[in-house]
Amino acid sequence: MNPGYFVSQLLQTLLAVFLAPLMLGWVNQCRAWLQNKSGPGLLQPYRLLLKLFLKDAVIAHNASWLFRLAPYVVFSGMVLAVSIVPVLATDLPFSPAADVIALVGLFATARVFMALAGMDIGTAFGSMGARREMLVASLAEPALLMVFFTPALISQSTALTTIVEALGHRELTLYPSMAFAAVAFLMVLLAENARIPVDNPATHLELTMIHEAMILEYSARHLALMEWAHAIKLMTYISIGIALFVPWGIAQAGDWAMMPLSVGVLIVKLALAGAGLAGLEMVSAKMRIFRVPEFLGMAFLLAVLGMLTHFLLEVNPT
Amino acid sequence: MSLSFTNQLIDLMAALLLLIAFAMLSQRRILRLIHLFAAQGLVLAVNTFIVAYAIARPELYISALITLVLKVIVLPWLLHRLIDRLNVRWDVETLINIPTTLLVGIVVVIIAFNLALPISHLAGTITRSTLGIAMASVLLSFLMMITRRKAVPQVIGFLAMENGLFFAATSATYGMPMVVELGIGLDVLVATFIFGIFFFQIRETFDSLDIHHLEKLKDK
Repeated sequence: MNPGYFVSQLLQTLLAVFLAPLMLGWVNQCRAWLQNKSGPGLLQPYRLLLKLFLKDAVIAHNASWLFRLAPYVVFSGMVLAVSIVPVLATDLPFSPAADVIALVGLFATARVFMALAGMDIGTAFGSMGARREMLVASLAEPALLMVFFTPALISQSTALTTIVEALGHRELTLYPSMAFAAVAFLMVLLAENARIPVDNPATHLELTMIHEAMILEYSARHLALMEWAHAIKLMTYISIGIALFVPWGIAQAGDWAMMPLSVGVLIVKLALAGAGLAGLEMVSAKMRIFRVPEFLGMAFLLAVLGMLTHFLLEVNPT
Repeated sequence: MSLSFTNQLIDLMAALLLLIAFAMLSQRRILRLIHLFAAQGLVLAVNTFIVAYAIARPELYISALITLVLKVIVLPWLLHRLIDRLNVRWDVETLINIPTTLLVGIVVVIIAFNLALPISHLAGTITRSTLGIAMASVLLSFLMMITRRKAVPQVIGFLAMENGLFFAATSATYGMPMVVELGIGLDVLVATFIFGIFFFQIRETFDSLDIHHLEKLKDK
């Protein structure tokens, strides 16, 4: 196979992995600005990761090997997930090996390990967080799959690179069904990344936290990996959103001249997405945990509706 | 996939209409319901405008204008005033819970799409594929009327149903004759006024806007 492919793959994966904390910092910064605060700066997540990597890890006495293993599994799962998503160009050698369904599976694997590790110590918060996370995830996952099926139907493929090729490089067509998919995807993104209407990423209040409760027992390098994986997950979701709904500017396979431009376009898109996410979090209030099934049920139904409208409007009846 | 750009725009508007219909179905607060109703009117007006432009029919421009004035400005304003006077901004009651309503909604959409398919094969208009969506939004508004317990959301459901019918008329036959359309527009306006008076009567008699009380025939 062409070595250019591997360079492209490596470049994109590294870019996404090392840009992910910056993305998180940008979202936090935007949020601080919107709250009339000065904010900790864009590089704060990197400083946090560095600090955590330098510290000594403290592990509970009754922690099993699962607890130590989980951060590595979660982190590598997220890195794998982000390497399937075309960020800059569509030549990804990983892509034929794993399509969007495998992507959902990777998220699920990481989540299962995180939940098991949360319950492993045996503290009340850990298992409460794990239970809540599984509740949210079991509803978000089918919605996410349904969201993927609409563009998969349009482009006749479940591989993300093919979808991007089909949506971004053909003549411009408006797909009404994608409007439904986009709304549903946004809802799933908020739920899966522990953002505000579902979970508050900044809180450690017992009654409300979901994601934070699970990783409460982690410290030092394990916590760093968990936090980093979380940042990569957000990055992956935003990249998927860009790839599905605004794919213009992602370079075609082998088009190296397009690369610098697509880096610029990507940065603009990520900045806008981050600002939009922060704005969305500002205007919405966190909902009660028992409202979450309703919220995600809505996402699922919208995604199904997207598929139905695809059959009605976009498959020509003649 | 060789549809023209205006066709795609019309399809997009139709999809937005369905999206708003679902949002209305899931909405608990009356104030947001009115905002959604206004948004639905706006989408409807824009859609009519696009259709008018696409097939060059001047009378549809007028119809779009009427929709814009009546359904985006006048009716929402009237409803706002009404709920201010009645003081019912926080109404949340539904007959069956919202997830179930949404599930029923999906079934309704599937039925509507299936019903519309043979009809849209017969129609020759450029907007024929949106007929299914028009029917779906009529049925969804109907569902909203059925599942709400209080009077104000029911009226909004009624008005949204009229929106759906208007959209169906535009997509099946490029709109109704002007006289009919003006008549319906006026009817809706008058109906809203009458509903307003009616609300006050209901509240005065029963001290609440719950339609449930109307089922009793006699005072005991």
